Amino acid sequence: MSSGDLATPFRQRAGGAMQDAFLQEALTIATTKFIGLRREAFAGFPEGEALRDQARAIKEATLQQLDRHLETLIANVERLGGRVHYAATPAEARAIIVDLARASGARMAVKSKSMATEEIHLNEALEAAGITPVETDLGEYIIQLAHERPSHIIAPAIHKTKGQVAELFTRELKRPAEPDPEALTRIARAELREKFLQADIGITGANFAVADTGTIVLVTNEGNGRMVTSLPRVHVAVMGVEKVVPSMSDLMVFLAILAKSATGQKLSVYTSLVQGPRRGGELEGPEEFHLVLLDGGRIAQIDGPLREALSCLRCGACLNVCPVYRQIGGHAYGYTYPGPIGILLTAMMEGTEAVRDLAHASSLCGACAEACPVRIDIPRMLIELRREVDDRKIAPWPERVVFGLLARLLQRPRLYRLAARAGRLLQRPFVAGGRIRSVPLVFGEWTRTRDLPAVAARTFQERWAADPELRG
Amino acid sequence: MTGRRASLMVTCLGDLFFPHVGIAIVRVLRKLGVTVDVPADQTCCGLPLFNSGYHAEAAAVARRTAALFRDSEHVVVPSGSCAWMVKHEYPGLLAGAGLAREAEDLAARTHEFSQFLVRVLGVTEFSSTVPGRVTYHDSCHLLRGLHESESPRTLLGKLRGAELVPLGGADECCGFGGSFAVRLPEVSAQILAKKVANVEATGAACLVACDAGCLMQMGGGLTRRRSKVRAVHLAELLGAER
Repeated sequence: MSSGDLATPFRQRAGGAMQDAFLQEALTIATTKFIGLRREAFAGFPEGEALRDQARAIKEATLQQLDRHLETLIANVERLGGRVHYAATPAEARAIIVDLARASGARMAVKSKSMATEEIHLNEALEAAGITPVETDLGEYIIQLAHERPSHIIAPAIHKTKGQVAELFTRELKRPAEPDPEALTRIARAELREKFLQADIGITGANFAVADTGTIVLVTNEGNGRMVTSLPRVHVAVMGVEKVVPSMSDLMVFLAILAKSATGQKLSVYTSLVQGPRRGGELEGPEEFHLVLLDGGRIAQIDGPLREALSCLRCGACLNVCPVYRQIGGHAYGYTYPGPIGILLTAMMEGTEAVRDLAHASSLCGACAEACPVRIDIPRMLIELRREVDDRKIAPWPERVVFGLLARLLQRPRLYRLAARAGRLLQRPFVAGGRIRSVPLVFGEWTRTRDLPAVAARTFQERWAADPELRG
Repeated sequence: MTGRRASLMVTCLGDLFFPHVGIAIVRVLRKLGVTVDVPADQTCCGLPLFNSGYHAEAAAVARRTAALFRDSEHVVVPSGSCAWMVKHEYPGLLAGAGLAREAEDLAARTHEFSQFLVRVLGVTEFSSTVPGRVTYHDSCHLLRGLHESESPRTLLGKLRGAELVPLGGADECCGFGGSFAVRLPEVSAQILAKKVANVEATGAACLVACDAGCLMQMGGGLTRRRSKVRAVHLAELLGAER
């Protein structure tokens, strides 16, 4: 997302997204489908609830000894012949990967879908270094052709209709394409096959890394992950440090719930377990394997207010059920990670100032927390972020004045009663039939689209005080 | 049943905008033999301050509200969100003032209206007559905060003359969200428009909810569209005796 977009206030970005008829159509179809699939997947899986608790417990226990698990992981990756790099910041991660690509003389890099590489803006860095990045996940391929960023954690092109994709392919690939998903996939596959064979380096993320065995785990549906990790001479995997899990048996707990939460599948089509570079006697696999461990604001949150968000599996379930995401899509949020969890991750990575307005992009309905496979209490942390915004006085001053007044009013019943009487007086010119259809100031934000009930002729407490019959 | 005492926490929205809901609750409870009182000088539970992050201020409001209900046998609340605030957030908010135990005690005595009827009093049948179709919207805090979806439906399902029809997306937010509704009014309104379309598709005459915030939002959306569907609180139907 360009900085120009972030210069537009969030409310306008959201408003723009709601004017986009294609986006609205695509979002409604896709999120409704995901919600139904997830619901069905768990309905037929009675042990799911206990596994969700278990998964969360594993994440919590792992975070408590993250150093130890990372050391084990590093030792095992190195034992298998891989190399491990540590990046404190996105800039360090970019530099490490660009250096690795240069050292291998790479001119083209094939990538499988990875939010970590989006987070560090890797593609721009590769292009600047004269290396062509090629996204091989279909959704990522589409948005790369369109020069866009992902708008959903697992479905990067969720904002596009099939008609828009057909137009894009026709224009960018110079071949006529019909708005038929199968035909479009065939075109992308033919284009990509060549790239897999030409690329010198393959770059992936990692859904998990198993400390005990030094295994990198990729959960994909298209098989491109296997190609990226096995065909090029060099494989680089980038992952946030929190993705480590202690053992294979822990991994199984996550695999049992991840795809169900994400796409409603029992398992994804491919679960690729990658262990280091090709060893003597093996027929395929890269000559070099590198693992880049990214901090990027995560480690500070192990003891921070956003700790829970470090358990996130990046399944996207909270986006699909979020009433706000379902109206505005991912791009309006303005950062790499959209949706409810994205607000928390943005705060983690960019600081609290970045989410001053985004922290309020939630009705706190709780659907996200309910859908989250590891039960992250997202609404609670959004409230905590709002509190931090208020405490640090970075909330807009008119808001601070209004809430300051409200707080005083609610502590003084006499003032509260006076306000009720004042409201009754002031609303008079605007009331018709007990309702207010239009009114100035902040309430106008309400009445533009909804009627506002009028302050009652007598409040309940006024009636209770005046009416002995009511008091019984 | 007789001998029970309950205090009504009328809530700010209930007091200012929906006094008839409070009145209906008083009449319904009294008819069941419950002695109802209304502690004076009520303002608000503090949820609007809490949700916007003004926690010190919310704690001050919580402290005075909790004090008003110190001696209540039961506290009955017309809105799931306010009940949730008292039950789930007061203990943490008041711990700083050394009042955690008192707050826990109040939390245990506080009940959302439909839960009080069904789960505390054990009453599910009312003699009121409500002709026509009714449908029910799950308020977020009542559904996901207090894990209640059954009690209001049980009560509605047994009303004489009423046909309870399911609402598509009943568990989806109506777009109210307190200050959210005016901070992001366009988003809030679009969420509401989808809710209203689902409501109208049921063919119901009444849309029932157990939260003043949702009723303000959905009622405002329905009357703006000049819809024939009326948004009402559960208590209004239970007390509708002719």
